[in-house]
Amino acid sequence: MTLAEMETLVYARPASLTEMPTHYCPGCTHGVAHRLIAEVIDEMNLRERTIGVASVGCSVFAYNYFDFDWVQAPHGRAPAMATGVKRVLPDRVVITYQGDGDMASIGMGEVVHAAARGENITVFFINNANYGMTGGQMAPTTLPGQKTTTSPRGRDVETQGYPVRAAELIATLEGASYVVRRSLHDPKNIRLAKKAIRLALETQVRGLGFSLVELLSICPTNWGMTPVQSLKWLEEHMIPYFPLGDYKIHPAVAEIKV
Amino acid sequence: MARELWKGNIAIAEAAVRAGLEAYFGYPITPQTELLEYLAMRMPELGRVFVQAESELGAINMVYGAACTGVRVMTSSSSPGISLMMEGLSYIAGTEVPMVLVDVMRGGPGLGNIAPAQGDYNQIVHGGGHGDYRPIVLAPSNIQEAIDLTMLAFDLAEAYRAIAVVLLDGSLGQMMEPAEMPPMRPLKTTYPDWAVRGAIGRERRVLSSIYLDPPLEEEANLRILRRWQQIEANEVRYKGYYLEDARFVVVGFGTAGRVALSAVRAARAEGIPVGLFRPITVSPFPDQVLRQLADQVEGFLVVEMNTGQMLEDVLRAIEGHAPVEFFARLGGVMPLPEEVLDEIKRMTTAPLTMDGHPRERWLQRMLQPA
Amino acid sequence: MQTEIIIAGFGGQGVLFAGQLLAYAAMDNGLEVTWIPSYGPEMRGGTANCTVIIADEEIGSPIVRNPQVALVLNRPSLDKYEPLVKPGGLLVVNASLVDRNVDRRDIRTVLVPANEIAENLGDRRVANMVMLGAMLSNQPVLSLEAVTKAMEEHLLSRHRNLLPLNVAALQEGAKYLAEQLQSA
Repeated sequence: MTLAEMETLVYARPASLTEMPTHYCPGCTHGVAHRLIAEVIDEMNLRERTIGVASVGCSVFAYNYFDFDWVQAPHGRAPAMATGVKRVLPDRVVITYQGDGDMASIGMGEVVHAAARGENITVFFINNANYGMTGGQMAPTTLPGQKTTTSPRGRDVETQGYPVRAAELIATLEGASYVVRRSLHDPKNIRLAKKAIRLALETQVRGLGFSLVELLSICPTNWGMTPVQSLKWLEEHMIPYFPLGDYKIHPAVAEIKV
Repeated sequence: MARELWKGNIAIAEAAVRAGLEAYFGYPITPQTELLEYLAMRMPELGRVFVQAESELGAINMVYGAACTGVRVMTSSSSPGISLMMEGLSYIAGTEVPMVLVDVMRGGPGLGNIAPAQGDYNQIVHGGGHGDYRPIVLAPSNIQEAIDLTMLAFDLAEAYRAIAVVLLDGSLGQMMEPAEMPPMRPLKTTYPDWAVRGAIGRERRVLSSIYLDPPLEEEANLRILRRWQQIEANEVRYKGYYLEDARFVVVGFGTAGRVALSAVRAARAEGIPVGLFRPITVSPFPDQVLRQLADQVEGFLVVEMNTGQMLEDVLRAIEGHAPVEFFARLGGVMPLPEEVLDEIKRMTTAPLTMDGHPRERWLQRMLQPA
Repeated sequence: MQTEIIIAGFGGQGVLFAGQLLAYAAMDNGLEVTWIPSYGPEMRGGTANCTVIIADEEIGSPIVRNPQVALVLNRPSLDKYEPLVKPGGLLVVNASLVDRNVDRRDIRTVLVPANEIAENLGDRRVANMVMLGAMLSNQPVLSLEAVTKAMEEHLLSRHRNLLPLNVAALQEGAKYLAEQLQSA
């Protein structure tokens, strides 16, 4: 056996990702989330069947990075657009990829009703506690006291209200079958996030209804921290407010073994 | 095919079904709700898609998604609901995917009322949504036309990758007339080369209205404009009545047009040489025909159920080559043929002027105590 | 040649259906026809009216200020439409629900106790058909037979069992008028 023959491939770009370098800031966890989704789509052999619905925000160009069909929704409307695609093509896998401003603020109506209808789509919800693309404004997920460009003295809950816990809210709906929150701040949690992505897509492939994976993410640029500081800040500040866990698992989903 | 008695809203719904409508998304609003209700029954029984959306925002974006798959898709609403849809309409225009929109207009602005009006003319014909795009707008004035133009709307939307609107007022949605429904057309089995349906054995496709690089957006705008020029060249439609020897011409679309027809007939019975010009496409607007008519007649009377939104297009089209008068009822009040007849008589007996604006003269008359 | 007919009453008195029946009969007889309703926002109990226009050419306006014929099923409708009927036109009044005389002398007036006649037939809800019958025997826009046939052809199958009652009401309305004219 030669040395070359002994080489084993342990890491490669998933086929569901294109060769295009992303525009995301250094350290941003969008890249991690993209890769996990692409890996699962590869593993489930869904690339040719998947249609993505991009949102408005930092992930507006998600369609450049995934090597399958995409459409691009207006701000917040991705779950409605996904509904249109999925109802016409029920045997395709339809995903949305949305940030917190997009899904939990301007698009709250669309996501809540897509879930209430039990729309057989999967929503990947990236929660980084601010509006990243427009330069770090207060989001519905901005923590109490957290400074952003529109809460310069820190979010004052008396005048600016409280953060929205989206997974918990969606989980109250009968039509939602799989709703969980995971985090991308360390390898262990990244592995758990990937498993959740797998279960969400399994939910859809098996026709079991609406699935949503909330992924706690970092935004070093707008948070004004290094990536390492950001990961620590996520763990210390975001997780206490947005506890990780399974918020809704339909019994039929619970039986899925992956 | 035998004639059947059809209510406007339901006739349009069934015509859409027969045109090959595969997916409908809507939200209740008077006076178009029967359309939604009819399709709630009809689409599932044919195995086609019907979704009652959470809002008009939801509905138009479901339409957007479905349109991206290359099937025939439609939504319907009434004035306030159409306002909410403007965002999605702009995106759909920018993405160059075809769709059909039905607007059954009611009194406004604001919540207004549920009575018939034509106040959405500007919102539909001259934009509403942001950016440079123009929808094809078909304005039926009877149920048979509503059926035929709904069928046509799907063909035109597809041919030009554009939004085609069927624009009518609440009275036409609610009224019944005998009409012939065309036979059911088969559903599409092939899809255009831009349709997003999953990258099975081909390169991936992306449908988007985003062109971050300004020169590329400029190119997209020019492409949409060139397509519009073809539409203007090929798709202008109108109907003329008693125009051969007319010295005066009434111009009205939709219900205002058919009300004017009664008045024109009554005037003819009294020996007044008046005709009727009824635009069927209000976008593209029949500019050239009106411009030619302007050289042949002594004056125009524009009749609308708004404060003169189409009037501006008539004035633009005839380029000052004939005097124009204006008459309207507003806010859900329908004009009566008797009123239009009075206006015809006034126009044909009093001296006409090119000075000032016809809306201003009409407003002065409206505000005079009876 | 065009005939405009307004049918007006309370919501629930069947004025819209009576108008639709006329529209079906007109269509089946090869005529042009429009039917247009007008009602308040309430679902039940408010005022309702519809305008039916029957003609032998393309119909222009679906509404008119001065109809040739008005069928008024209650007092508010009489008050509203009595002044509007064209001179020489026809006003059919549901005498059961109207407690005043008709003032105009330049129109033909027919008073029909439609509710009583309907109740004698066993169902107050067919007062609308009594009124329609009374109108038809005095306005030759469509024959009684044509309207009866239209009812047979177009009455929804779930209402089929009501067909004999409705036909009887139409005939009673027409006959009542004939009797009235004979005794006059």
